[in-house]
Amino acid sequence: MSGSTVGGLGGRVTPIGVAGADTVDPHLERIARTPEFQQLVHERTRFGWILTGLMLVVYFGFIGLIAFDKSVMAIKVGGGTASLGLFLGVFVILFAFLLTGIYVARANTRFDALSDALHRKVRQ
Amino acid sequence: MRGTPLLLGLTLAAIAATAAYAAGPDLGAVQQAATNWPAIGMFLFFVLMTLGITYKAAKGTKSAADFYAAGGGISAGTNALAIAGDYMSAASFLGISGLVYTSGFDGLIYSTGFLVGWPIVLFLIAERLRNLGKFTFADVASFRLDQTSIRIISATGTLVVVAFYLIAQMVGAGKLIQLLFGLPYLYAVVIVGVLMIVYVAFGGMKATTWVQVIKACLLLGGATFMAGAVLYSYGFNPEILFKKAVDVHPKGDAIMAPGGLVSNPVEAISLGVGLMFGTAGLPHILMRFFTVSDAQAARKSVFYATGLIGYFYILTFIIGFGGIALLMSDPSYFKLGAAGTFDKLKDMIGGTNMVAVNLANAVGGPYFLGFISAVAFATILAVVAGLTLAGASAVSHDLYAQVIARGRTTETAEVRLSKIAAVFIGIVAIVLGYIFENQNVAFMVGLAFSVAASCNFPVLAMSILWRGTTTWGALTGGLVGLVAAVTMVVLSKAVWVTTLGHAAALFPYDNPALFSMPLAFATIWLVSLMDRSRRAQRERAAFEAQFVRSETGIGASGAHAH
Repeated sequence: MSGSTVGGLGGRVTPIGVAGADTVDPHLERIARTPEFQQLVHERTRFGWILTGLMLVVYFGFIGLIAFDKSVMAIKVGGGTASLGLFLGVFVILFAFLLTGIYVARANTRFDALSDALHRKVRQ
Repeated sequence: MRGTPLLLGLTLAAIAATAAYAAGPDLGAVQQAATNWPAIGMFLFFVLMTLGITYKAAKGTKSAADFYAAGGGISAGTNALAIAGDYMSAASFLGISGLVYTSGFDGLIYSTGFLVGWPIVLFLIAERLRNLGKFTFADVASFRLDQTSIRIISATGTLVVVAFYLIAQMVGAGKLIQLLFGLPYLYAVVIVGVLMIVYVAFGGMKATTWVQVIKACLLLGGATFMAGAVLYSYGFNPEILFKKAVDVHPKGDAIMAPGGLVSNPVEAISLGVGLMFGTAGLPHILMRFFTVSDAQAARKSVFYATGLIGYFYILTFIIGFGGIALLMSDPSYFKLGAAGTFDKLKDMIGGTNMVAVNLANAVGGPYFLGFISAVAFATILAVVAGLTLAGASAVSHDLYAQVIARGRTTETAEVRLSKIAAVFIGIVAIVLGYIFENQNVAFMVGLAFSVAASCNFPVLAMSILWRGTTTWGALTGGLVGLVAAVTMVVLSKAVWVTTLGHAAALFPYDNPALFSMPLAFATIWLVSLMDRSRRAQRERAAFEAQFVRSETGIGASGAHAH
């Protein structure tokens, strides 16, 4: 059983893994070896992990400050009432949204272009 | 713990009976409130509208793909609203605004934690999930691994998460409706249970999706109005709002800095880990990615949903501060003591979870209060419907079709079983909601997140991302994570001391994820490495095909295939 029947939405419910686990589809093998596929996977995986790392650093940086140095979070910004912690908290929320935006922008352009090129090549 | 509000209620009962709460309905802590007709009217309107949608959805729901995944025909924007609707629970709306009201800044710790899981879902999970999966995340986790074992552990993880989440929601719903609508607790729990059965059993994913979309729009609209009204009162200058809040709050300037919520570093980080990675393992959330046509739509829906959810948390923060500034100096929102005095933090009518509701009355009058009450009820309904559908799918699609019938079943039989499972889950939820009425269930949402982060997420992530993962590894790792998370919570203060009445907690932290999640990952890694079986070799070899499909979608069925 190859990948092409795996997710068939219609028809009978068919088991996915076991039966086909030791017969690897030569078609998929060929795709895996194309430079387009390797380029796509390399770039996207790298990009995804970099952004994941950034999110982890920013969020656990924020949590770390709360955990280890509460006084920094209480510093007043610009002589007003709002504290640094407040700005950082809102920053974490905006940063998370911004990161997803950056990923989607990159995926919509660069990764989709690579993916389209791969799909065209495979169909030939 | 539970004795205090009861005592308070008893001593205040006499006063409450004579004092006229002209400003709003009496939201006494243990008493049932006067029947709130505007709220009930608006809620009935919501129910009628969603039942109409369910009727339409039921007519269009024929195949399994329709039932589990709305035929894969949901657009990215609609799915984003539905994700937001699934995620913005009454707990986050009422709970976080209440937390901001009592502790100020500390509310932000939860808001940020609930949000930052979304980028992780997007970067590592969403597109691959859409490319590999069909209806449940177990489809993805068991793609190249043993169907029986992996579906059992995934379905168990799903059902445990759903059970804890559901109990918390049912009990919350019962209490809330008691307070808001003046209906008896049992009525409220039965109404919620019956409606969620109707949505899920008849309308499947289509009805569930639209219930969530409508609820998300109502909640975002209502919260926007409230936050806008608060900011309007202070000339759209947050600085003036904060200043006023600091002036009237008993803790003064301390509300602008981290307080006592997270008492030590390990606790803070463990809470963060649980919130962040729990999001990436919630079965009812993961299921939403199968309702869109392709990976592009999955990706866009996370982006929009992150924006909507982030916006919502900023609103709850403003609402919490608005509660401080506008309610704290107004005695009509408090239960007054003998000398007309009140504790700003403890005596709010209905408890501090009612800050957002009382603020609705303050900024919009009794009809807006009715609207927000109806929205809060709708919010619970939408969340429990999503949970029920996820639980029913785990029973029918994973346990029945693949484990018990071993794939030898028909689509019709599977969908029928799913509907029966939805009815069963609904009844169980009503019964549990009733049993747990007077129990402390506050820890249960946290436990659901911890199990999701320690069982579902590691199994899913390792099976997609690491070539070396084998069935034995995923099975034992998932099981270890599940057992560890539940055990640590049971031995923690919230259950061991508060609920079971022991003297001291055996596990020092409230949040286990920092320990249980790495334990699950390490177990999957170690057991997979040691697995020398023939099956393990086949599974490693099969990674290549799975990898190509997860990265490109090649081989993934079109969403409109039926």
